[in-house]
Amino acid sequence: MGDLLQIIVAKYNYWIYITLMMIGLYAMIGKNNLVKKIVGMSIFQTAIILFYVSIGVKKGATIPILEHGHGEHGHSAAALIVHAVDYVNPLPHVLMLTAIVVGVATLGVALALAIKVHNRFNTLEEDEILAQIREK
Amino acid sequence: MKIIGLIIAILTGVLLLSATADFPIFGDPDSPASTHLSPYYIEKTMEDTSVPNIVTAVLADYRGYDTMYETAVIFTAGLACFIILRIFVREEPGDRLYRHVLTGVTVRVKEGAKLPPSDDFERIDTMWTPPDLIIKTVCRLLIPFIQLFGLYVIAHGHHSPGGGFQGGVILGASIILLAISTDLRTAVQRMREKVDAILCPVGVIIYAGTGALCILFGFNFLDYSALAPLLHVDPITARSHGILIVEIGVGIAVMCTMIWIYNILSSGGKYDEGL
Amino acid sequence: MVWQLDLAILTLVVITAVGSLMVKDLLGAAILFGAYSFMMCALWSIMGAVDVAFTEASVGAGVSTVLFVAAVLRTSRRTRD
Repeated sequence: MGDLLQIIVAKYNYWIYITLMMIGLYAMIGKNNLVKKIVGMSIFQTAIILFYVSIGVKKGATIPILEHGHGEHGHSAAALIVHAVDYVNPLPHVLMLTAIVVGVATLGVALALAIKVHNRFNTLEEDEILAQIREK
Repeated sequence: MKIIGLIIAILTGVLLLSATADFPIFGDPDSPASTHLSPYYIEKTMEDTSVPNIVTAVLADYRGYDTMYETAVIFTAGLACFIILRIFVREEPGDRLYRHVLTGVTVRVKEGAKLPPSDDFERIDTMWTPPDLIIKTVCRLLIPFIQLFGLYVIAHGHHSPGGGFQGGVILGASIILLAISTDLRTAVQRMREKVDAILCPVGVIIYAGTGALCILFGFNFLDYSALAPLLHVDPITARSHGILIVEIGVGIAVMCTMIWIYNILSSGGKYDEGL
Repeated sequence: MVWQLDLAILTLVVITAVGSLMVKDLLGAAILFGAYSFMMCALWSIMGAVDVAFTEASVGAGVSTVLFVAAVLRTSRRTRD
């Protein structure tokens, strides 16, 4: 029982990310409304970003900004020794920071396509659009 | 379709859940992701670039190519919105609504005719709501401070969380706030579409041009220590200044893309009246 | 990192995500998506990713909500699912 509890405490974060990912994937496939599909896409994307960020977490570490004295530049005080264990892993943060901004730009493109579809078919529901295409 | 979607989502979820058994424990300092490359960045950033914020240093210096093409992707997304949705109407066929400021009488002008510009009449949207004094005043007072904060975020990204992406979005959001609190025409007068469309690639060009300048000095692409003789500083401080230059480029590109996408989406491509 | 706080925010994230997909009004979905983004931002800041949290607070909770609202204004607000 103690083992199981330890596994749950160690891994519950990952399980919730996978739940979020499943919610997003289901919304992208199963939802009928185009805006709902786009919301699902954003949720999927955020879940993956959350997974990446959680990879970089270290227990007992602080944020990835180095301590530095006021007005001094680091290379003059090279004696300042930095331990990698004290700071969380900055690499996933860098990769995901750009991914978020690119995500909102692609969200804009997706919404522009949705507006274009609405201008032409006058609806956002997928089955009504498909029915209108079949009629022609 | 719902059943198929549910089956696919649950199948993927079960596969991923079974894969978590091999994951390292959450928060483990010795996990593979934290042991190979990232210790170098954490320990050497201060020596190499004299930038305390490791994320900024890695973003703009060590992985500069990555960020440069991300900026290009953002510019491309803005361009894609423009191409998908923008409608050019030579002369507006519909009616225009004008409102007399003092009496509140609305005048409808037909067939694309225009009233002569005067202080008595203001043009209003078809979905017009009365101007709210509180919202207008608060937004007018707040917008300069938001813009100042955006500039601070760009310039202080070396020492605190922030940088070109965040600062650019905040600067863009200030113009979007102006468009929401008054109307789209007021915001477009401050930031015309041509300015947006020109400044977007200018941001990307500032980034790429800094890299190209380094080649001219005989160094590698985006190796900012080449800028040391130009800026009259030692090579390590030059890398810090080079990061600032490219962050400014990123900020300009992101700001203009956000404003551009918002204007196109909220006006449905016609660029006349919006949210 | 306090694990109780972590768990509470993770639960709220899942609730807002499901809520934004279940609600029958697209404007409500946009606002709930903004709340989801803000919860995500809080989660990242307690994980120590301050830069990512800052970006998400300005981009996810700010601009993307406004883009959704603008798109809903230009299309229709009602939905069947």
